[in-house]
Amino acid sequence: MTVSTPETPRPARWRASWSRQRLSGLFWQILVVGIAVAVVGWLWSNALHNLSVRRISTGFAFLGREAGMPIADSWIAYSPKDPYARAFLVGIINTLRVAVIGIVLATVLGTLIGIARLSSNWLLSRLSAVYVEILRDVPLLLQLLFWYVLMQGLPAARSAWKPIDGVYLSNRGLILPSIPIEDTNLWVLGAAALGLIALYFIRRRLVALQMADGRMRHAWPYALGLVVGLPALLSWAIGASWSITLPELRGFNFVGGLTLAPEYFALLIALVTYTSAFIAEIVRSGIQAVHTGQWDAAKALGLRRSFMLRHIVLPQALRVIIPPMTSQYLNLTKNSSLAVAVGYQDIVSIANTTLNQTGQAIEAIALIMLVFLTISLGISLFMNWYNSRIALVER
Amino acid sequence: MTSMTSAPENPLPLGRPQYRRTPSRRIIGWLRTNLFASIPSSIMSLLLIAVLGKALISLVQWGFVNAIWILSGDQTGPCRALRGIGACWAVIPEKYRFILFGTYPFSEQWRPALATLTFIALFYLTTRRSFWGRKLVATWIGALVLIGVLMWGGIFDLTYVSQDRWGGLPVTLILATFGLAFGFPLGILVALGRRSKLPAIRSLCVLYVELIRGVPLISLLFMASVMFPLFMPDGVNIDKLLRAQIAFVLYAGAYLAEVIRGGLQAVPRGQYDAADALGLSYWKKNGLIILPQAIRHVIPPLVNTFIAFFKDTSLVLIIGIFDLLTTAKTSIIDPAWQSFSVEVYIFVSLIYFAFCFAMSRYSRQLEAQARSS
Repeated sequence: MTVSTPETPRPARWRASWSRQRLSGLFWQILVVGIAVAVVGWLWSNALHNLSVRRISTGFAFLGREAGMPIADSWIAYSPKDPYARAFLVGIINTLRVAVIGIVLATVLGTLIGIARLSSNWLLSRLSAVYVEILRDVPLLLQLLFWYVLMQGLPAARSAWKPIDGVYLSNRGLILPSIPIEDTNLWVLGAAALGLIALYFIRRRLVALQMADGRMRHAWPYALGLVVGLPALLSWAIGASWSITLPELRGFNFVGGLTLAPEYFALLIALVTYTSAFIAEIVRSGIQAVHTGQWDAAKALGLRRSFMLRHIVLPQALRVIIPPMTSQYLNLTKNSSLAVAVGYQDIVSIANTTLNQTGQAIEAIALIMLVFLTISLGISLFMNWYNSRIALVER
Repeated sequence: MTSMTSAPENPLPLGRPQYRRTPSRRIIGWLRTNLFASIPSSIMSLLLIAVLGKALISLVQWGFVNAIWILSGDQTGPCRALRGIGACWAVIPEKYRFILFGTYPFSEQWRPALATLTFIALFYLTTRRSFWGRKLVATWIGALVLIGVLMWGGIFDLTYVSQDRWGGLPVTLILATFGLAFGFPLGILVALGRRSKLPAIRSLCVLYVELIRGVPLISLLFMASVMFPLFMPDGVNIDKLLRAQIAFVLYAGAYLAEVIRGGLQAVPRGQYDAADALGLSYWKKNGLIILPQAIRHVIPPLVNTFIAFFKDTSLVLIIGIFDLLTTAKTSIIDPAWQSFSVEVYIFVSLIYFAFCFAMSRYSRQLEAQARSS
C-alpha cells in the first residue's frame, strides 16, 4: 500500500533518479513506437508496390460493382447481378442468423446440462459429464464436418424422414411448417411486443410494492392479459390469418414451409452442441460457487426446490456466470465463421469469394474485421449492461 | 472427526448396523440413493435407461457386430452393401499411414513417427513439477531441435524432406507446440506491456490484443495465406506452413497475454513494493518476483487455453495445409472409400480427444492440488 508522503522538499538525488526514470521511460516508448511504425510503414510500402505491379486497385469502389456471385441461402432478395455491397449485406445477415439463434439455443441447452450435471440422479449427472467431456475435447471444425457428412447421408427428399406431420428431414435439410407473415400478423406481433414491454414495467412496480409491504403479488394475470389476451383480441378484430402452411413434396424438392438448408442446419447444430458444453461447465461452477449456507437457509425457510433454485441460488450464481458467458457468446460468433468449411455463405465466406474475384485482399479482410469487431462490441456492451444490472447491490 | 475414527475400540459401528452391509444390500442401497431416490428421479432413470439402452445397442451393432474390420485391396463392395447397418473399419488400416503422416515419403515415415513420440515425451516431462525451471527450457530447446532434424533431415545420412511434403499428426503437433513455444514469451511481454505505466507501450499492446481477439482465427489465417505475400518485398517468398505458424504465434500471444494479465493482477501490491524496496530493476523485479507468482496463479486457465489452441490448429484445413484433419478429409477423396468418412472422422476424433482429455485431466489435477495446498 502506498503511504501518503508528507510534503517535504525532495532531496536532489531523488529528483535526479526520478527524472532519469522518466527519461528512460520516454526512451523505451519512442523506441517501441518507432519500431512499430517502421515495420508497419515498410509492410505498407511493400503492399502498395505489389498492388501496383499486379494492377490491383485499392479502395472500396469495388463494392458498387456487380458481384456475379450466387448465394444459395439468403433471407433478403438477392441475385448475382446485385453489387458486392448487397452480397456483403447478405453475408452479415447470414452470420447474425447463425450467431443469434445459436446463442439462444446454446444458452438453453447448456443451462439444462449444467443443472443436470448437479442432479442427484447418478445416471443423469454422469451422462451430462460424458456429453461435456466428449464435445469439449474434439475440435469444432471436425464436429462440423461430421454433422455435415451425417446430413448428406440422410435419405433423399422423396424418402424423407418424417418424425411428425409437416416436419421433414432429408439431405435437403430440415423443412418445417411455416406461417406466412403479412401486415396484419405484424401488427399483432407488435402488440404482443408492446405488451411484453408494459409487463416488464408492471413487474418492476409489483416487486417494488412487495418490497414495501412484504405481500406477494402475482404478475401472471397481467402477462395473460397483455401478452396473450389483447393481441388475440386485436388479431380477431383486424382479421389476421394464422393458417399454417405445411410443406409438400413436389417432384424432387419441397414447396412451402420453412427450409433450413443442410449447411445452415449442420453449422447450427455444431455450434450449439459445442458451445453448450462450455456453457454447462460455466453454469455448473456458477451454481457450485453459491455458498451451501444459502441452500441450508432456504431449506430452513421451507422453500420448495424449484423456488429455491429460481429465487435464491440462480440470482447469486448469475453474478459468477455472466462474465465467462460473455466470452462464450463472443466465441460462438467468431466460430460461426467456420461456415466457410461447409459452404454456408456467411460474411467470411463471401469476403473470401470477393477476395478471390477482385484480388482486393486488404479491403475484404478489413470488412471482416469491421463486422466482427462491431458484433463483438455489441455483445460486450449488452452483457456489461446486464452484468451491472444483476451485480451485487449492497443494502 | 479424526479423533472419533482413531478411537482405540469402537464396538458399535456408527450409522447402519453391520449385518446389512452385504454386497447385494449395498448395491440396492446405492441404487436407491442414486437412481431411485424419489418418484421424479425414478421416472428419469427409467427413461434414460430405455433411451441409452436403445442407443447403445444400435451403436454396438453398427460399430462392432455388423462392422467389417479387414478387406483386401480396394474391394469395398461388402462395405458399401452394409452402409448404414455396419461400420467399415477396414478404411483405417488401409489409410492410417496417410492420415497420420500425409505425403511424407513412405519409406521414411519412421521419422515423423519418432518426432511424434518426441513431442509426447516432451509434453509428459513438461507436466512433471520436479522438472520445472531451467532444465525444462533446455529440454524444450533440445527436443525442438531434434524434431527439426528428424522432419527435415539433410544431415546424419537422412534424406532432406521439404516441408510441403509434411502432413498429418506431426504438422498438427508442430503448429500447436511452436505456436505455444513462441506465443508464450510474446504473451508475457504483451501482458507486462499492458500493465506498464508508459502510455504508448500500453496502448500498442491493447491494440494488438483487442484486434487479434476481436476477429475470427480464420480471418487471421486468410491474412497469412493471402495478404502476407502482398506485404513482402519482391522475391521474398515464405513457405505456407511458416506463414500459418506466424499467424498462430500472433494468435496464441494475444490470448495467452490476457490469461497472464489475470495472473499479474492477482499478485498482491506488497510484492511489487518489496521488489522495489530491494532496488531490483524492472526486468529483475518481474522475472524473479512477479511472474513466477503470477503464472502459478493461472496454470489451470493456461492449460485450458492450450487445449483450445490445440483444437484450433485444425482450422488450417481451410487454407489447405495438411494437418491431421486435412489428411483425414483428403484420405476419403479416393472414390472407392468415399462413403466412409464417418469412420475416418471417428478415428481422428479419438486422436484429438486423447490429447485434449489428457490435458484437461492434468488441469483438473493441478486445480485440486492448488485447492488442497
